Amino acid sequence: MRNAFIEELVALAEADERVMLLTGDLGFMVLEEFQQRFPERFINCGVGEQNMVGVATGLAEAGFVPFVYSIATFATLRPYEFIRNGPALHGLPVRVVGVGGGFDYGHNGVTHFALEDYAVMRTQPAITTVVPADEAQARTALRKTADLPGPIYFRVSKRGNELPGLDGRFDLGRLTMVREGEDAAILAIGSIAHEAVAAARKLEERGISAAVGVVPSFNPSPTEDIAAALSDVPLALTVEAHYRDGGLGSLVAETIAEGGLACRLLRAGVSQMPGGETGSQGYLETRHELDAPNLAAQIEQALVPAG
Amino acid sequence: MSSGERKRYANAIRRTIIEQSHRANVGHIGSALSIADLVAAVMEGPAQLDRGAERDRIVLSKGHAALALYAALHLQNRLEDGAIDTYCDDGTLLGVHPEHDLDGVDFCTGSLGQGLSLGTGAALAAKRQRSKRRVYVIMSDAELNEGSTWEAVMFAAQHRLDNLTLLIDLNGQQALGYTREVIDLGAVEDKLSAFGWATQVAPGHDQDALAAALETTEMGRPQAIVAKTTFGYGVSFMESQIKWHYLPLDDETCAAALAELDTRVTA
Repeated sequence: MRNAFIEELVALAEADERVMLLTGDLGFMVLEEFQQRFPERFINCGVGEQNMVGVATGLAEAGFVPFVYSIATFATLRPYEFIRNGPALHGLPVRVVGVGGGFDYGHNGVTHFALEDYAVMRTQPAITTVVPADEAQARTALRKTADLPGPIYFRVSKRGNELPGLDGRFDLGRLTMVREGEDAAILAIGSIAHEAVAAARKLEERGISAAVGVVPSFNPSPTEDIAAALSDVPLALTVEAHYRDGGLGSLVAETIAEGGLACRLLRAGVSQMPGGETGSQGYLETRHELDAPNLAAQIEQALVPAG
Repeated sequence: MSSGERKRYANAIRRTIIEQSHRANVGHIGSALSIADLVAAVMEGPAQLDRGAERDRIVLSKGHAALALYAALHLQNRLEDGAIDTYCDDGTLLGVHPEHDLDGVDFCTGSLGQGLSLGTGAALAAKRQRSKRRVYVIMSDAELNEGSTWEAVMFAAQHRLDNLTLLIDLNGQQALGYTREVIDLGAVEDKLSAFGWATQVAPGHDQDALAAALETTEMGRPQAIVAKTTFGYGVSFMESQIKWHYLPLDDETCAAALAELDTRVTA
């Protein structure tokens, strides 16, 4: 997804000379085209994410639209206070691009797992967060948010294969349904949505009809769409490659509670800091019960209690 | 403005600091007094503030001394009438730390160690836009404790931001003690020189020396002026006293402070 995102960014930079790209010394085999096309608008800031965001704030104050690029953990957590006191407080169009969400960086270990990135971003009302589910949605999202006056955090997955039924759709603050169903609704965010769709297919084989919706953004969050989608189903499951608290699961819990909806909620996500072992992305997602069989089982067990 | 006029302007800034701190019953007085001369030297010196988007930028990285900036803006008639008298009132834009929504404030500050990065970005923007505008960053010496400051120091040198001026308020004090006892900064000028900055040391309450230092820029290198200042400068009972980072003034200390400032002006 990151290559598609940067390709789209090159197109954006072609049309808009305010666009700059700053990197925290990352992006080998990803950023070269931008660098070659727009050398004056590309800066390797070195390994200094705090300064990178501060510099981006100074650039944005003077009219630029700087994209700052790093691995999602380094792009969000290290310079978090700079993001808060910089683009968020000043209302400036700095774009923080965090590569890799959840277990995207697999064998690299916990320092590289973004598991709280959009929770901390979501708590800042002034920051829009965009989490595309596939490459086509990432491209649309970048185009459709180009003129947003305030800051945006993009969580850009390393996986980008097409999510069936999404068709590149992105509407900021709207829920996009990719599958209809009456027995349960699965709400997913980011590229882990593939597992949600696969889980719905498994459930269908067992006679359970599960809808699947993709949540693409926070602030604005699709609370009204979520409330509407959950008004007629007895059970919802949120799916995210992120800690269970603070992200999509929390958003949906808040929406259910505040709307007084009669819908039970299950939240799939990472519940403990995943230290002590590492492995491939697929292995880790299964360990944390984010794979399709586990997701399907959670719904099945809730709808058809054992015994 | 002549250097004599700038001295009087700096003293008027100090007077406003004392009056407003007393009225609002808040502290940070010693920090604001420490930079009154630096603010005066920049704002009544080379800084061009009336050119709209092409104005020079001022970043008060040590945001807790914002009253010195408000006082300077007030004395230049850049604040709305009466605005200075709302300092630290409910609903005011003039809080202890500066907000960019206030005309004359380019950047919000208050978290130490962020201002130089903001100023560096502003300077880089000017370069990319082929603009002649300059950026002045006023920083406390304790902000040299912050790692992010050194990220910006290296970045500015790498990008040859000779339109960036950093004034370090080297008063040797930080919130809980003297810098030599907390994190000894050693020879700050040597460190900045080693990082590629055009560095000068200047007496921080000497308007002639500050004006000369501000004029001495060097092509291809960012400029640092290590200004040797006295915390609480101008009010002898506050000078170099840690407690005046915190204490507000009562009627008696306020009157004594103003009387001493008035003596200095006439002397």
